[in-house]
Amino acid sequence: MTLKNKVAIVGADETDEIGFVPNMTPIMMHAQAARNALRDAGIAKSEVDGVFTCGVGPMASTQLCEYLGIIPKYTDSTQIGGSSFVVHVEHAAAAIAAGICNVALITHGETGASGRLRRGPRGMGGMFDASMPSAQFEMPFGVGGPPGVYSMCAMRHMHQYGTTSEHLAEIAVATRKWAQLNPRAFMRDPLTIDDVLSSRYVAYPFHIYDCCLVTDAGGAIVVVGADRAREMKKKPVWVLGSGEASTHQSILGMPDITQTPARYSGKAAFEMAGVTHKDIDVVEVYDSFTYTALVTLEELGFCEKGEGGPFVSGQRTAPGGDFPMNTNGGGLSYTHPGMYGMFILIEAVRQLRGECGERQVKDAKLALVNGTGGMLSATGTLILGTD
Amino acid sequence: MTTEMQKPIPYPSPETQPFWDGCKRHELTLPYCTKCDAFFFYPRQFCPTCFSWDIEWRQCSGKGTLHTFAIQYRPQMPGFTPPYITAVVQLDEGPRMMTNLVGIEPMPENVYCDMRVEVQWEDVNDEITLPLFKPAAS
Repeated sequence: MTLKNKVAIVGADETDEIGFVPNMTPIMMHAQAARNALRDAGIAKSEVDGVFTCGVGPMASTQLCEYLGIIPKYTDSTQIGGSSFVVHVEHAAAAIAAGICNVALITHGETGASGRLRRGPRGMGGMFDASMPSAQFEMPFGVGGPPGVYSMCAMRHMHQYGTTSEHLAEIAVATRKWAQLNPRAFMRDPLTIDDVLSSRYVAYPFHIYDCCLVTDAGGAIVVVGADRAREMKKKPVWVLGSGEASTHQSILGMPDITQTPARYSGKAAFEMAGVTHKDIDVVEVYDSFTYTALVTLEELGFCEKGEGGPFVSGQRTAPGGDFPMNTNGGGLSYTHPGMYGMFILIEAVRQLRGECGERQVKDAKLALVNGTGGMLSATGTLILGTD
Repeated sequence: MTTEMQKPIPYPSPETQPFWDGCKRHELTLPYCTKCDAFFFYPRQFCPTCFSWDIEWRQCSGKGTLHTFAIQYRPQMPGFTPPYITAVVQLDEGPRMMTNLVGIEPMPENVYCDMRVEVQWEDVNDEITLPLFKPAAS
């Protein structure tokens, strides 16, 4: 496939003022330039489904999508300095040619001249920029890291759907049982529901065993085209379906605090693969917290919304249960270096290749992988399979 | 007071200044989209729903419900002494905002979702006043 003649630039404009504009922050400039360019094109913001940007925080595209009120199908925060916005055009072309998105919006905004006059901390590509929404409307109230945010999401879920600490503990215990079958797992001691419930709180309603490990770890995956893949010695693990979505950057931007974007990325992955939930043999989902795994199962559609607690009860996700999940021992008991997604991918590949020894899921042919990033902000879902 | 000084404080930007000015007056003033006929939060110069840039600032009642919360047993930010309650309040006017629930012992048995709350102002310095919330007087 070639990108030639696949796309055209149909709108282009700048912010109303350029030069010295001390009354605007970088993110305000992104928004105003976006409005002007879309107006130039005669395209509504609601049609934008691909967003390409950088320079507004370490998760620039997610931040900008929240700010503009866009739920994208494709985002790209590629940050390579001055050439970023040039390559964004090519990335957008590839995405559109591949049918991933239809209307790509590329934005830029910087205050190199006046920015130094603004007060408050700045730097690290906007990570510490005091003008960003989170710095003004969350941090002053002592809201920062994932435990403090995920716990609030879990609390609302418990209130709204009757999810209990026991339900969450079921996941911690089942995942530990898988870790006990994995010699490389960091935590392999026996763990009971009572152990979890009697452990100390990190952020109520989360006990310490509701929270993932903090470890060192690294991993990698190699992906090749279909023809090449068939020449490999080991049996190929095919990408049968994929999906990506984000709904917010911080908790204040969540359309519904009890939901995650996995409802979008999962739906897309299932549709592409053309399989149903019952076809999936093994499930590897991000478990930064017990709650992350529970809500993800709901959002992916393995059970009805709000039924995640009953669904995982009776050690259903443990070895020997009828829903094998997080078979390496998960972020809760295997390893969790910070961005854990690589390791659910690796475990899915190993299961599909039949390399998992004692913890091998029998006849595993279809695996679902769901990674979650940020504050339940962004998800990617893959459905992988063997011939 | 030393720990109080270390807490992160908001630095208003041009699009949020009217909100923080309102807080200074002890008035909860939010952006209002005249096209959607609805409040929204956090402040932008435009409505994140319909992308209208026709925005007004209107005062809210300062009353709402505790949409969700957590009791933080580890400090998530400098200057906070655990345990403290982080809270998402759903204002009666619609939008949700992050805050701290104060005026109540931070114990699991005391706090529950959807309890009625009302704003309590905390003057941080000459410029910044934070909208905290407390259980509503019944």
